[in-house]
Amino acid sequence: MGELVFEGLHVVEFAWLAAGPFMDSFLAHYGATVIKIESSKRTDTLRTTPPFQENKPGIDRSGWFAKYNQNRYGITLNIMHPKSRGIVEKLIQWGDIVTESFAPGIMEKAGWSYDEISKIKPDIIMISASSQGQTGPRSRMPSYGMHLTSLAGFVHLTNWPDCDPAMVYGAYTDFIAPYFGIAALLAAMDYRHRTGEGQYIDLSQYECALQFLAPVLLDYEINNRIQQRAGNTDPYAAPHGVFRCHGEDEWCAIAVFTDEQWKSFCEVLSRPELTEDPKFLNLMSRKENEDELDRLVEEWTRKLGSEEVMGRMQNAGVPAGVVRDNEGVFLDPQLNHRRHFHKVNHPEMGIHTVEALPFKLSDNPYQLKRSSPCLGQDNFHVYTEILGIPGEEFVQLSEEGVFD
Amino acid sequence: MKQNRDTLLAPYLALDLTNEKGLLCGKILCDLGAEVIKVERPGGDPSRAIGPYYKDMPHPEKSLFWFAFNAGKKSITLDIEKSDGKAIFLRLVKMADFIIESLPPGYMDQMGLGYSRIKEINGRVILTSISPFGQDGPYKSYKDCDLVIWALGGMLFLCGDAGRSPVRISFPQSYLHAGAAAAAATLVAHYQRIIVGQGQHVDVSTQQCVEWATAEIVQIWDMNKRKASRTGQFRLRPTTGAKLREIWPCKDGFICFRVMGGKAGAGFMNPLVEWMDKENMCTDYLRDRNWEDLDLGRVTQEEYDLAEEPIGQFFLTRTKAELYEEATKRRIQLFPVSTSEDVSCDPQLEARAFWIELEHEELGEKIKYPGPFAKFSKTDCGPKRRAPLIGEHNQEIYMKRLEIPEKELIVLKEAGII
Repeated sequence: MGELVFEGLHVVEFAWLAAGPFMDSFLAHYGATVIKIESSKRTDTLRTTPPFQENKPGIDRSGWFAKYNQNRYGITLNIMHPKSRGIVEKLIQWGDIVTESFAPGIMEKAGWSYDEISKIKPDIIMISASSQGQTGPRSRMPSYGMHLTSLAGFVHLTNWPDCDPAMVYGAYTDFIAPYFGIAALLAAMDYRHRTGEGQYIDLSQYECALQFLAPVLLDYEINNRIQQRAGNTDPYAAPHGVFRCHGEDEWCAIAVFTDEQWKSFCEVLSRPELTEDPKFLNLMSRKENEDELDRLVEEWTRKLGSEEVMGRMQNAGVPAGVVRDNEGVFLDPQLNHRRHFHKVNHPEMGIHTVEALPFKLSDNPYQLKRSSPCLGQDNFHVYTEILGIPGEEFVQLSEEGVFD
Repeated sequence: MKQNRDTLLAPYLALDLTNEKGLLCGKILCDLGAEVIKVERPGGDPSRAIGPYYKDMPHPEKSLFWFAFNAGKKSITLDIEKSDGKAIFLRLVKMADFIIESLPPGYMDQMGLGYSRIKEINGRVILTSISPFGQDGPYKSYKDCDLVIWALGGMLFLCGDAGRSPVRISFPQSYLHAGAAAAAATLVAHYQRIIVGQGQHVDVSTQQCVEWATAEIVQIWDMNKRKASRTGQFRLRPTTGAKLREIWPCKDGFICFRVMGGKAGAGFMNPLVEWMDKENMCTDYLRDRNWEDLDLGRVTQEEYDLAEEPIGQFFLTRTKAELYEEATKRRIQLFPVSTSEDVSCDPQLEARAFWIELEHEELGEKIKYPGPFAKFSKTDCGPKRRAPLIGEHNQEIYMKRLEIPEKELIVLKEAGII
């Protein structure tokens, strides 16, 4: 009990931003040795993205970067420098897996396409996690998560029917693709274990995201229906929405699907007569009079705190949940019980919080043992100890700017 | 297309006991080549009652939700709550490599099918439990639905217009995050099994998965004690309070675009300005502005508006398809706010042969499905056949695999076990 699943597995990470490093975190947290390669001329964009510890911007102070880069060795290398070639070769020989998430064409331009990499190590598994895949007319178009969230159709489906579409917060598709990416990688590792063969995986974050809208896409293909924004309503439930509670921007989500839940709901409101009211008698009538019903629910919720509303509803067996803001998420008793957040200590940032993975294995816990690397922090260790470059040569190459 | 190529997880068998809260997990394993048997209760799985339906005909074998997340799987019917059903299930457990379930925490134990029992039957099997909040903790027995988990996981608060109530994505997302994470987690456990030969219990929390989709909000609180907010079509810069537009109206809908500075920003702001200039819709401000020097962390609302106003006017003169087409040529980071129709017609997906056709012989037609989530150089990925009808593979599994005599099968059917 307790050993790390990927102990001894070597990962060469050219991935940056959120999606690639999130994917690699599954390997890193379960014990793989991950070497993250950056260029000091063009660092991982997340390093310069707020929030910064104590609001002081700095290349080693971003909370975004920290969240996605635990358990790494961080090195800098200018892969466009002619003398970097031998070093990348050494990294590939050391590695079992290569991951990258640049715009398609960048790795090739640097001379490190899968064809080149697999010449050095034939059984290597390489994954490219790009926006729209390695091929096709739009493959080389750089984009961020918000763009793909729009392109895939999530934004069109976010907001009330009478409103313009609203952005989905953050970089939504960046948090979908990594699950598919890691499943693909691990399946390829199983295949290599059985056959001895490595391979190349072309992951399009767009195509991964579309898996989360598959029934909506089928509805168009089959019924010619273009699904529209529907606010918080659900065809099979009423009430089904978020209701304003006492306090500023305090809300609680409540959903009533079954007759039994409706009865319990009315009891919680001390309004048993509602179950007899022809306007609310069954789901169909409640859907028909949903606006009136929502007003009635909010009259009640407005007087209470959101925790109180959730507690009373849940005690009666009605699905309900506080609409947690970021402070609420941070303090959420369930997430904290599950040890979802970990405090880590970083040489520059000090103690700060990062998330753990969203699942537990009964026999093999993950570990957070190295905080996110400062830029180029592990150059000496990686180049001399892991790759075996003699000290003098290391100094020489440093002076020539190979490790910039 | 690629025929007769190896499939990645071909040697492995998964039993899928999930409902709509976990179907995607088995779908991903199936796309990767595993044999996945959906174990349905007699009469069919409850998730078959989720619409929309094929040609809007409500019917348990015509649910598009079911089609989407069960394509490629096999189906048997079995009442695992009855003792005869349980006995058959345990025989399947002996053969299985993976079992996936999304019943309320503790329910498998109550039925006598908890991990401790499963392990006795087959120590190599991996049991993956997908639940709303995880197998333990103060909320473990809370009643849930997509909206409730989206709320407690932190995503709901962040979306919608400022001043109005928070709003979810209209197509429920929470359980899909859990299903996809569960597939990844299951394969982490599988890798361990390759090494040590032992299975284990995987415990996936949907709330934790949703929290992972909230980007940096916890770090914003932890590091800056600042509340993240929902800002509709805009992104709020906390340093200046400026609202920067991300969703813009155009002639026939909306597009996504962000004014940016720095080297990366200048790389596409300059071509945009050139394009607008060519169309006589440029302003002096846009032309004279050095985009590389623009620092969004410092720019005031007044200055930002000098850019937003004419750019917004320009976008209104063109359709999203026209804008996207020309933007791609000029390498401007501008993308459509697509509808399902736009996605269906996207030439990029066409060029990559993303869509696949699956034969629905029971409906007498082929249906176009979203295809594989990844392309592998040596192996196949993606569903090979449509989702199963209710108990479609009863004969194959019960008679051929378990060698249950036909007579016995009839009795089991009559008793409502299968």
